[in-house]
Amino acid sequence: MRNPQLSKNGELQHLLTLDGLPRSIITQILDTAAPFTEMAEREVKKLPLLRGKSVFNLFFENSTRTRTTFEIAAKRLSADVINLNVSTSSTKKGETLLDTVDNLCAMQADMFVVRHESSGAPHLIAQHLQNTGREHIHVVNAGDGRHAHPTQGLLDMYTIRHYKKEFHNLTVAIVGDVLHSRVARSQIAALTTLGVPEVRVIGPRTLMPTEVEKMGVRYCATMEEGLKDVDVVMMLRLQNERMNGALLPSPQEFFKVWGLTAEKLALAKPDAIVMHPGPMNRGVEIDSAVADGNQAVILPQVTFGIAVRMAVMSMLGSH
Amino acid sequence: MQLPDAEQLIANLAAAMRPHITVNTALVGIHTGGVWLAERLHALLGLSLPLGSIDVSFYRDDYAAKGLHQQPRGSKIPFDVEGAHIVIVDDVLYTGRTTRAALNELFDYGRPAQVDLAVLIDRGGRELPVSARFCALTLPEPMPARQNLQLERDDSGALTMRLIHA
Repeated sequence: MRNPQLSKNGELQHLLTLDGLPRSIITQILDTAAPFTEMAEREVKKLPLLRGKSVFNLFFENSTRTRTTFEIAAKRLSADVINLNVSTSSTKKGETLLDTVDNLCAMQADMFVVRHESSGAPHLIAQHLQNTGREHIHVVNAGDGRHAHPTQGLLDMYTIRHYKKEFHNLTVAIVGDVLHSRVARSQIAALTTLGVPEVRVIGPRTLMPTEVEKMGVRYCATMEEGLKDVDVVMMLRLQNERMNGALLPSPQEFFKVWGLTAEKLALAKPDAIVMHPGPMNRGVEIDSAVADGNQAVILPQVTFGIAVRMAVMSMLGSH
Repeated sequence: MQLPDAEQLIANLAAAMRPHITVNTALVGIHTGGVWLAERLHALLGLSLPLGSIDVSFYRDDYAAKGLHQQPRGSKIPFDVEGAHIVIVDDVLYTGRTTRAALNELFDYGRPAQVDLAVLIDRGGRELPVSARFCALTLPEPMPARQNLQLERDDSGALTMRLIHA
């Protein structure tokens, strides 16, 4: 079976997940993003690539940062952007996902940027477009359930490459709530595809997927073991709103054991960078002194995110 | 076809441009051949404004048909475009579409006082109303479309013209 993300010619057709996306495509996205980071020096911060195209931001789940950066990216490519906060509209009246999509297609949509609380929703839309002969309409997954958040994974790879240049000599630690994190899944898929020799996951067993080692990572039960000599520390947000049941005693307890403090960061290499996908819970997974410290690259991640999303959309829009 | 000596053409082009250079003149090379050529001209003419480069990938009119270049290199315009005298530099002038794309991109950086075009070879076959103010060689007849003429650079930095039969 053909990779549903690629066209017959092997070009990017939809961006649904980084799992199974060829290394060449990931590298092409990162390479394409590089010139987009230099937009700031222009008088006119716009490129004409998506002129006349309509991009629909279809957010079934709330998000400010991701939706805003997708909107900025599409607008810098001269697309028309339509934001739909679907969680407060038609679905409440009982319309199905695919009916919503069909209606927007009737409004001449060229691209859907989809966030959904159910894993697989963007995939379902892509398949529906395929089955109904509308391959010219593209889908970008902006986060689905616990499954994937591919543009976050890509912007993280862009950030790592920006600061560390290569992937083949790195040790990377992902810290926190891996179980509920679509970000972690996308990061792990991208890091292993790009040839990072050692990816560690650190956190309580209750917040790890069962058999997490099968994802190609090494589980570390303590921060001391996991952070030793790493080049990159990728913090995850403690997903309070998804936590049901007694997985954790309290946020304070979590911070004491798993929170990133300057003292624990000292175990990593002196030039290690600290990343966080946001929004941060200061004093829960990360200490303010680290979040605002000189090893943190959390705000550059946001800026690179716009360039990476421009790269994805310009590659999709080109065929 | 006997290919002309690129080094000789560069010397002739620099000589033709020299009387028109002011303190306000800046060169902008178009990737990739135009950038190599602009580097040479910049040194030969001793310009004070830094050298710029343009990758027209994001402004091409065939983007919808051909897609993005695999590895766009981006544009670098390290001087103030507003009020500058800019010479766009390319190795070969053909349909004029690349020049149009470069002009569009340039104007997204500001409003230059004057823009000229300098090329090594005009191979004919124009599809847009574009002409080069400075041109080292105009071919007597347009080259067939199946042929591709471009500048190449070897490891020592020497530039040569190369003809490719598609």
